[in-house]
Amino acid sequence: MPLTQEEIKGLTKKAWEIRKAIVETTFTCGGSHIGGSLSQTDVLVALYYKYLTIDPARPDWEDRDRFILSKGHGGIGWASVLGDKGYFDKALLKNFNKTGSPFGMHLDSLKVKGCDASTGSLGHGLAIAVGLAVGARLTKRNFRTYVMMGDGELCEGTVWEAAILAGHHKLDNLTAFIDRNNLMIDGLTEQITTLEPIDAKFKAFGWETLTIDGHDFAAIGEAVEKARASKGKPFVIICRTVKGKCVDLMEGQAQWHYGGLNSDLRDQALTCIDKYYAELLG
Amino acid sequence: MAEGMTWSVTDGDKLTQAEVYGEVLSQLGDTYPDLVALTADLASSTKIGRFGKKYPQRFINVGIAENSMFGMAAGLALAGLRPVVSTFAAFASLRSAEQVRTDICYQNLNVKIISTHAGISFGQAGSTHHCTEDIAVMRSFANMTVIVPADGLETGNAVAAAMEWPGPVYIRIGRGFEPPVNKTKDYGYEIGKAITMRDGHDVTIIACGVGVLQAVRAAEVLDRQGLSARVINMHTIKPIDREVIIQAVKDTRRIITVEDHNIMGGLGSAVAEVIVESGKACAFRKLGVPDCYSIVGYPEDLYHFYKFDADGIVGTVSELMRLEIEEDEDWEDEA
Repeated sequence: MPLTQEEIKGLTKKAWEIRKAIVETTFTCGGSHIGGSLSQTDVLVALYYKYLTIDPARPDWEDRDRFILSKGHGGIGWASVLGDKGYFDKALLKNFNKTGSPFGMHLDSLKVKGCDASTGSLGHGLAIAVGLAVGARLTKRNFRTYVMMGDGELCEGTVWEAAILAGHHKLDNLTAFIDRNNLMIDGLTEQITTLEPIDAKFKAFGWETLTIDGHDFAAIGEAVEKARASKGKPFVIICRTVKGKCVDLMEGQAQWHYGGLNSDLRDQALTCIDKYYAELLG
Repeated sequence: MAEGMTWSVTDGDKLTQAEVYGEVLSQLGDTYPDLVALTADLASSTKIGRFGKKYPQRFINVGIAENSMFGMAAGLALAGLRPVVSTFAAFASLRSAEQVRTDICYQNLNVKIISTHAGISFGQAGSTHHCTEDIAVMRSFANMTVIVPADGLETGNAVAAAMEWPGPVYIRIGRGFEPPVNKTKDYGYEIGKAITMRDGHDVTIIACGVGVLQAVRAAEVLDRQGLSARVINMHTIKPIDREVIIQAVKDTRRIITVEDHNIMGGLGSAVAEVIVESGKACAFRKLGVPDCYSIVGYPEDLYHFYKFDADGIVGTVSELMRLEIEEDEDWEDEA
């Protein structure tokens, strides 16, 4: 069923809050992977506030859907969502990056409730997700496994090993997202090493594919519904996104892969985000 | 004894370590319905395929893709299963070191890795298929337990014990048949508890894997020469049995380690760490592959070439016996 206008409005407001939380935490923690955290936000919000079957009070519930952030550097964005969902007291995010804090830039599954797998080294998440999806089948559980990869991450050969496996095992309980923001640390992906055609590559490996606007909740919702209905094939949703989304000075800027904010930049970023959503919500 | 420790293999002393492993694993499949086995196109070489024949639904051959296999094993463990993974030692510890470390050990997952063709046991294949680094690599991963069984029967014991041991475990075995050192499997095998194969007071030979048999043979030769050698089977490299090492230093003041591994980073280094931290002095030699890429050849010839067979051990003992070791009257007083 498509998302209602009311639901889209609710998710939009939530994404607004999360983006502001990312900026605030980036300010307090001294530096974070803010660009990619802002590009992935809408997909994470759609999943955590609408589609995932989860219970933050029972983070180890065996039948919960699993989510793996294979682009683990988006940890500050993921933690902002998990804290808001109530997996932990979000006031703890004030200690993000601080000595002894459970929260480093790349989330640790043994320390952060709701983090289904430790990630950070690129190219690992899809294979872990394949293991979870096969595990669900072997244990006769109905949970679904979702994994989000960065686009630059697709350079890693292990992604394609795991993609072959997912296709071979016809893992229709597995959905992958590609946060296609076109940038890696050193610049444009297509200038550094050609990734396109991403959809044709996955198709050739036995996947269903769909390319959407990764900031459009209606499109994200429709894609997730299609992925859930897929039979006999894993499903990849290629999300066209903007690195640094909603913050003018960061949008499409490779140097905002990672950065710190002083109070001026923070205020500027928050103003940008508020302006964007005020216009969007009318 | 845990239920999983119950296994039996006919003529286990006549089989390769891998053959015993394959048989024992397929028996453990009954005890552990959550056991799922993975390999990367080495079902027959590692013998994990025997489990697959018995439990095809719980057996995954990923093709030649070790890195994804270890990531997948992490995912299976996160789904509540008990993955057992087999490939050659070189691929488990070198190619897939990051997956083993980051996906499995960092998350302290219940994944058991049984690697075969370790050391220079596949001597003819050349250094791409040798692995004289895996003990060093694996013991540097926090949460990892590292086991080097001495023979087939001990491999069965180690695999069964690993099922009841929490967290990731790395068991490394050889390729072909090596004569057994144990006549029966019932000798009280426990992870982390070294086995004194023979007592002695002149020198202690601490060995693992194929080194144990060589050490036992050396001790027999030394006995005929009037020298009393203690032989310790240090099958668990991590966590290492510190008490046995310190007692050996105290009793014999001469220690030799023997392993089919680079002399840097493996059993010898692990024993050396314990000795140095104890503050007790002793004469010490490490036998193994002397920090080089091995020449090609049959394993038994290579063990001889690199002087970690019985002859080599006897020669090293003779050398140590020529050293003057000062009496230590105040052993208990030292730090």
